[in-house]
Amino acid sequence: MPELIKQHLIDPEICIRCYTCEETCPIDAITHDDENVVVDADLCNYCMECIAPCPTGSIDNWRLVNSPYSLEQQFEWEELPMQEELGEQDSVSLNEALEQEIASLLEQAHEGTGGNPSAPASAAQPTINLYSRGKPAFAQVQGNYRLTEEHTENDVRHIILNFGDTVFPVLEGQSIGIAPPAEEGENAQLIRLYSIASARDGEKRNANNFALTVKREPDGRCSNYLCNLQKGDQVEVTGPFGGTFLMPNDPNANIIMICTGTGSAPFRAFTERRRRAAPGASGKLLLFFGARTPEELPYFGPLNKLPHKLIEKHLVYSRIPGKPKEYVQDRMLEQSDTVGKLLQCNQTYIYVCGLKGMETGVDKSLQEICLRHHLNWGDLKTNMRASGRYHVETY
Amino acid sequence: MTSNAVDYDTLIPNNVGLSEDRRLLKALERWHPGYIDWWKDMGPNGFQESNVYLRTAVGVEKDGWAQFGYVKMPEYRWGVLLAPQVQDRKIGFGNHQGEPAWQEVPGEYRAMLRRLIVIQGDTEPASVEQQRYLGKTAPSLYDMRNLFQVNVEEGRHLWAMVYLLQKYFAADGREEANMLLERRSGDIDKPRMLGAFNEETPDWLSFFMFTFFTDRDGKMQLESLAQSGFDPLSRTTRFMLMEEAHHMFVGESGVGRVIEKTCEAMNQAGIEDPYEIEAVRALGVVDLPTVQKKANLHYSLSLDLFGSEVSTNAANAYNAGIKGRYQEDKIEDDHRLLSDTYPVLKLVNGEIKGVEENALTALNMRLRDDYSKDAGKGVGRWNKIIKKNGIEFEITLPHCAFHRMIGEFANISASPEGTLMSNETFSQQKDNWLPSQQDGEFIQSLMRPVVEPGQYANWIAAPKVGVDRKPGDFEYVQLN
Repeated sequence: MPELIKQHLIDPEICIRCYTCEETCPIDAITHDDENVVVDADLCNYCMECIAPCPTGSIDNWRLVNSPYSLEQQFEWEELPMQEELGEQDSVSLNEALEQEIASLLEQAHEGTGGNPSAPASAAQPTINLYSRGKPAFAQVQGNYRLTEEHTENDVRHIILNFGDTVFPVLEGQSIGIAPPAEEGENAQLIRLYSIASARDGEKRNANNFALTVKREPDGRCSNYLCNLQKGDQVEVTGPFGGTFLMPNDPNANIIMICTGTGSAPFRAFTERRRRAAPGASGKLLLFFGARTPEELPYFGPLNKLPHKLIEKHLVYSRIPGKPKEYVQDRMLEQSDTVGKLLQCNQTYIYVCGLKGMETGVDKSLQEICLRHHLNWGDLKTNMRASGRYHVETY
Repeated sequence: MTSNAVDYDTLIPNNVGLSEDRRLLKALERWHPGYIDWWKDMGPNGFQESNVYLRTAVGVEKDGWAQFGYVKMPEYRWGVLLAPQVQDRKIGFGNHQGEPAWQEVPGEYRAMLRRLIVIQGDTEPASVEQQRYLGKTAPSLYDMRNLFQVNVEEGRHLWAMVYLLQKYFAADGREEANMLLERRSGDIDKPRMLGAFNEETPDWLSFFMFTFFTDRDGKMQLESLAQSGFDPLSRTTRFMLMEEAHHMFVGESGVGRVIEKTCEAMNQAGIEDPYEIEAVRALGVVDLPTVQKKANLHYSLSLDLFGSEVSTNAANAYNAGIKGRYQEDKIEDDHRLLSDTYPVLKLVNGEIKGVEENALTALNMRLRDDYSKDAGKGVGRWNKIIKKNGIEFEITLPHCAFHRMIGEFANISASPEGTLMSNETFSQQKDNWLPSQQDGEFIQSLMRPVVEPGQYANWIAAPKVGVDRKPGDFEYVQLN
């Protein structure tokens, strides 16, 4: 199958020919004739510098094509051509990813939402599918640190990927794809998705990098590949993917984050984003984070240093010798008053991330909390999902 | 810092090192409360407490350029932002061509520069004043939001000019900055400086026409100031131009959507003749001949803003390297114009004729021609909508001699085609060419607010895409 290209196009029916995009483009990929303003597919490197300054929205158009439209073709257009039929793609999966392989992975991950998820209204617009298997981005490993204590069974790692001069715009909640290199004589490996654990502007502000939180699985080809990477190694990355499990930009938004293990990755990103972009925000961050023991809870140290003013944390453990097992859903029930109060507010968002197994327990607790507060969880969930306020991403 | 001190780096997004510049900070601190008072008194009437989904610029780089979010307008973060400095920039035209661009005001041109900045600055708050009642009759929350976005950005452009006055012009700059808050659009005693900015903006069609035609004059003026040898002015106006593009969009798409709805309604009702005015109006949409009259009015008022066709002031500003031509840096000539000529339409022995004038003194004319070309292209796109709907009608720009108050044709009367006539004949025909009282009353009758998210008044089509790619029923303004 030929490699599809994501082509950047301008809608001639909406464009007002102000040429702001042309002035903004750092590599002169945009040009115009007497009729239209057009983008040269050979030059455009998806840097997105032109998107924000466009006053009309005409700049933000993309088509998946087998071979790109030429400048001459674009000059002739009076309207933008429709997206060509590409087979099995449907419009829902196009919101998350343009490749069937990735779209179905995300669809599975979001199944627990119980319907078609939608993005929070105030979320920033995500970029998806800039890089694919045929045209991956290359990142360099900047660091690979074990997050769990050496003596514990779980090997969870914080892996920082640096993109150098490559443009790789991400939002908190998005994922990237990695396939371990195939060995000789082997078929291409399946792609695995990993949530980005950093804020959109990098591990440190304005660094062109981000981190992943990866758990080594005993027979996991991809997780072992990633966990074994050394500083300086090169990695092929595809993405970014995901257009619904995104963070609301509204500083008044309350965000309830429920996770286990590496499901904490997107919430590390959310929290850091809130800290950087809206430090005094009135919206509450509430975290329920489950692990077996403190030694196996990723980011235990840094998490404990975050002030209560920024985030209310509930770290919950299921394997502390001599103590009864406690899971996130148990702590949620214990915090019924806090959670219930937030559920009554239409600026509250729920995100669940972790293993599939946690879904049922969390859902039951939310149902119970709703009962105690005279709410109907079924109705509320439907309503929250429709307004982009209920999100589940589990594996 | 005392406890009630304002954190100006947070309050005023800036890339001019505001918190380190004690003198400037002090001047802005003094000016700021007056500005907020002005905004509350003269800004959008009745919506100061509403949450509006606005774009705020907090920096000039990619991530800072357009941050969208709900904000109450008096709390909008009006910033002082300059386009990035171009290393070793040289003056591109006039007597100082090739010399390094000035980072400080050259003493000999101080008065000229100050005057240009003040005139530009005066137009910014003026349009906010002109448009302050329009929110109450907005045809949708989307349009209301666009109006407010235009308003807060005009406010920011005032800030941009005030920054220059306070930073570079000491006491008289501060005095001028205060005066900018004291003049009022349409006020008999202390009017705004330019004619078109003292006219009313009585309805939304006028607002769209104003942003299309009059703000486009602003764009052309900013374009020529962006060429300035005075680098801070060039950098300020270059960044303003990025915002100004949104105003062009509101105008062009606004009128386009009015036209689209009219054509659609005509087709549905089976009306082919656009001049069946009463029948079209009965459908609750604006007939195309009235759209033409509005265009005639706003185009002619906007042409007046370019001043006299032949002007020594314009020549002086060019020679001084203060104000260039539209896209000066893309023109291939000697950038001195000492022996060049430029054709100017003039009144010669009772006839309109092209006369070759010295290119330097004809700079206003040239800028106006560039403006007409730019506006004409937008009108062409409106006509595409009419044509696509299969209706035979074309919007045209009237002749430059039509309905003028300033310049060569100020004292004569001419038809939109440029035929000279007596004042008496003009008066008799006037209602066919410019909006009559009756036309105004009809448009007023359409001005009923629509505040349901995703709903639009009957006389205007929905936009093709939302702001910041928001879905159709997005609540752009949360009314209280």
